[in-house]
Amino acid sequence: MKLLTCPMNGPRNIDEFQSFGPVRARPDPNATADKEWSRHLFRAENRKGVVVEWWRHVPSNYFFLAERDLVRNEIIRTFDASQLRDRA
Amino acid sequence: MPLRLLKYGLSRDYPVSGDIPATPDLKPAYDVVIIGGGGHGLSCAHHLAKYHGIKSVAVLEKGYLAGGNTARNTTTIRSNYITPEGIAFYKEGVELFERLSQELDFNVMFSQRGQLTLAHTEATMRSFHMRAEMGKHMGTRTEVVDQKGVEELCPLLNMDYGGPLEILGGLWHADGGTARHDAVAWGYAAQASRRGVEIHQRTEVQGFEVVGDRVQAVKTNRGRVACGQVLIATGGMNYDVALMAGVELPIRCYPLQAMVTQPLKPWLDTLVSSVSLHTYLVQSSRGEVVIGGGSDPYQLYSTRSTLDMKEHLAEGAVHLFPFLQGVRLLRQWAGITDMTPDYSPIMGASPLANLWLDCGWGTWGFKATPVAGKRMAQTITDGSVPDILKPFALERFETFRLLNEMGATAASH
Repeated sequence: MKLLTCPMNGPRNIDEFQSFGPVRARPDPNATADKEWSRHLFRAENRKGVVVEWWRHVPSNYFFLAERDLVRNEIIRTFDASQLRDRA
Repeated sequence: MPLRLLKYGLSRDYPVSGDIPATPDLKPAYDVVIIGGGGHGLSCAHHLAKYHGIKSVAVLEKGYLAGGNTARNTTTIRSNYITPEGIAFYKEGVELFERLSQELDFNVMFSQRGQLTLAHTEATMRSFHMRAEMGKHMGTRTEVVDQKGVEELCPLLNMDYGGPLEILGGLWHADGGTARHDAVAWGYAAQASRRGVEIHQRTEVQGFEVVGDRVQAVKTNRGRVACGQVLIATGGMNYDVALMAGVELPIRCYPLQAMVTQPLKPWLDTLVSSVSLHTYLVQSSRGEVVIGGGSDPYQLYSTRSTLDMKEHLAEGAVHLFPFLQGVRLLRQWAGITDMTPDYSPIMGASPLANLWLDCGWGTWGFKATPVAGKRMAQTITDGSVPDILKPFALERFETFRLLNEMGATAASH
């Protein structure tokens, strides 16, 4: 059993969580051509390294962020979405 | 042939022929450079040399021959997909497998034993009716069977009558089968190298020399190779290799895990798969039961198998065949799959004029080894994409014409 530390619920079995993929900047809907939209929708980050992703704790429906190393299969840290807004 | 066989049988020392020659020195230039020495790349090399007369071909493989996803898949061959474009393509793939041993003069142990996919819900039954009708329309042998039909096809199944996972029926695909994955790669490699194709193992591509819209040369750890045409067929590495040429593919990598049990007497003569349990089983010719399922639930580049997935697969297998409970596991493994957003491959042109893609093979690549090689060889030779490949073009994402293939193994979740 792999544990993921939820910022709200503490360490839980990773089965309770769902990954929503890497964090991406949202394009401006009024100033984005089809090509950039397709890029935004389909070309998610797939780097061999560390990514910041959206995750959800399914039973509590709480969305948060996790920084993960995709090669070492390690969770570096998890944090509340408000920290992403503060950083931006 | 019978005389040769007799001579071989009676000879004292059973001469072993080396099918694949040792890696030669790299030449400064080749007409076609194929990146990736797995099934797809070798199949393309074979078709280029045999049917298109292109002999100046180098297959560059970072590791050893067919040691990536060709060695890690679970060898399901089928064409019971859901989109007409997908069915047409995979149907040609199954037909090529039916005569592959003759084509390669190499026994690929193709066994067309049929695939039975199980439904535990009415919703799955409805999707099976749709897949069966599409399959019949496209000329494949795909039909819906009821509970009695399932019991007749696979009498040892736990039907779970009245239980939460009662089997309501199945999708019977008589064209489905399995083959020996290594033999497929070795057969293609042997045929290709006999016709002059060079197979360079332990030759890693480290970059591309791009001038204008063409790849001038491929840079490797063994030196620079100028190239007329280049094909990327590197399985789980497709995203990284294409990125070196400046091509960003809509691919995300997920591990796919599988495992085998200890050898048992033959008892399972179909491929069995359950949509709800995300588990499928096939008994290999050695008697081992190969158990596979859907890909991992989150992106990773790690090929370590996990206890979670083993437990999950074991649970599904024991539910379907409770007598497997005491059986031991022999091996488990994982491969990195290059998943596309629509569960269909990406084949054909890239933004560069002489760089061709055979990518996005996710969890569905092995069955397409012969047909992808055949069609990509044709594409590379003519410089134009045949109709059967057109729906799989990379541009489909930009034009929002995705090919939503919900008949793919990993699409069930």
